[in-house]
Amino acid sequence: MSLLRVENLTASYGASQALFGVDLTVAEGEVVSLMGRNGMGKTTTVKAVCRMIPSAGRLTFDGRDLHPLPSHAAARLGIGLSPEGRRCFRDLTVAENLAAAARPGPWDIARVTALFPRLGERRAQRAASLSGGEQQMLAIGRALTTNPRLLILDEATEGLAPIVRQEIWSAIATLKSETGMAILIIDKALKELSAVADRAVILERGKTVWTGPMAALTPDLTDRYVGV
Amino acid sequence: MIPERWLTFAVLVGLLAVALGALVMDRPFTITLATRATILALAAVGLNIALGQGGLVSFGHAAFFGIGGYAMGILAHHAQTFTPLELGPLTITGTKSMPVIWLTAVVASALAALLIGLLALRTSGVYFIMITLAFGQMFFYFAISWSAYGGEDGLSIYVRNDFPGLNTLDPIQFFGLCFTLLCLVLLFAGRLMRSPFGLALNAARQAPERVETVGLDPMRLRLLAFVLSGAVTGLAGALFADLNRFVSPAMFSWQLSGELIVLVILGGVARLIGPVVGAIAFVTLEHVLGDVTEFWLIWLGVALLLVVLFARGGIVGLVARRGHG
Repeated sequence: MSLLRVENLTASYGASQALFGVDLTVAEGEVVSLMGRNGMGKTTTVKAVCRMIPSAGRLTFDGRDLHPLPSHAAARLGIGLSPEGRRCFRDLTVAENLAAAARPGPWDIARVTALFPRLGERRAQRAASLSGGEQQMLAIGRALTTNPRLLILDEATEGLAPIVRQEIWSAIATLKSETGMAILIIDKALKELSAVADRAVILERGKTVWTGPMAALTPDLTDRYVGV
Repeated sequence: MIPERWLTFAVLVGLLAVALGALVMDRPFTITLATRATILALAAVGLNIALGQGGLVSFGHAAFFGIGGYAMGILAHHAQTFTPLELGPLTITGTKSMPVIWLTAVVASALAALLIGLLALRTSGVYFIMITLAFGQMFFYFAISWSAYGGEDGLSIYVRNDFPGLNTLDPIQFFGLCFTLLCLVLLFAGRLMRSPFGLALNAARQAPERVETVGLDPMRLRLLAFVLSGAVTGLAGALFADLNRFVSPAMFSWQLSGELIVLVILGGVARLIGPVVGAIAFVTLEHVLGDVTEFWLIWLGVALLLVVLFARGGIVGLVARRGHG
């Protein structure tokens, strides 16, 4: 059974419709890549899943309808989000960022700092003073300390130095191999995605146009829909 | 810059030293001034939980201060007149026991904060300021028309209430009581700031939508902060009424709400010892400048202007690095 099930999802920003029928599933332990060009509705889909914007269609998590839930209640069901643009709590230290969101479970501050040793070195440093890569690690770490069943990574490596990107991809691979956590990734790094993702879902103009195993993604498809 | 922990220690020791020095020099009025500063500090520490940590600019905290004051006034009034307090089917005898009065003040002001918060926290920004001001004024006008407890003239309590083992009429002993409560509340507020709740509240102030995505309900966080804040301010109100042995509608006035905000801003918003420094500065200015000119509030205004323009972290921000005291 799918952990996350999205069927015919539609969403609008005021009068402007952004999603026209997104279909997407993520099973327990599965890593799914949500792909598409800029402005095709990937982040809007994530916002709808996390109940940050209103939407219509079928949207369930572990069989439970997400639509009536406020954002915080959806998160408490087990949806952990590392949002686009990192968005750490800038005035709190690294340790405080992690502690503020923490819920009981295997992921605590020690385990997060083991995954991202840089965060351990900067425990007492304010988030605002971290580099972009460190802020990204903190955003992922913060989502992990909520002990989610589904981790959503929205553009987690965008705009980062190659070495930092590699650290983050390596952490994602560790999460997959060691924890079996379900992960939904939005990213454009096809090579790295191919190494970690089981399936891909491609959006075009707010609608799902292709779903299949990562291995079945052809250069024709990626050229046409992803632009890489 | 010194660590905030040191400053917290120095300020509290300084306040205690002033009171003990006044005792040695036989200047009871100075002890009373130190007590007044301590109680106002306690009220402002309460406000700082909502304002500093939660970013809730409450312009109605005098409501909780007044509720604490009237809790003391009503219970002591019935005790001194030997009349029972009729609460519908309930009949309660008055009391002069400070612990009972404090508990009543804390519970009553926390309940009021819960009800006010449930409505006011649905708004934000200037609307939150206005709705809390409106609630404060409702209590003010209610107290004016409450003739059973003195109405506009207020209510005098002839003898200070009792605390087991202490002579509360002795200024230094009453100061010691207030000072101990301030230290305990500061300890509580410091732990609160460092607790997951305090961190989440701080995060909710910075970015409520981000807090939601990690499973925290900003409304619930703010409501709890508002209730705790109101309860502490209510406790201060009960002590203030005992200090003056008098309660009046002025305890509910919007000017008092404004003064509490001034104390927090002057000392340092979201700094643990900030409200205490603000209250000491306020009482000192009031006493020293008040002797020189009746327009001393102009100079307080100038000081506040300088702090807002040049020292956003208040007096504490000028001398101490940020920490949790």
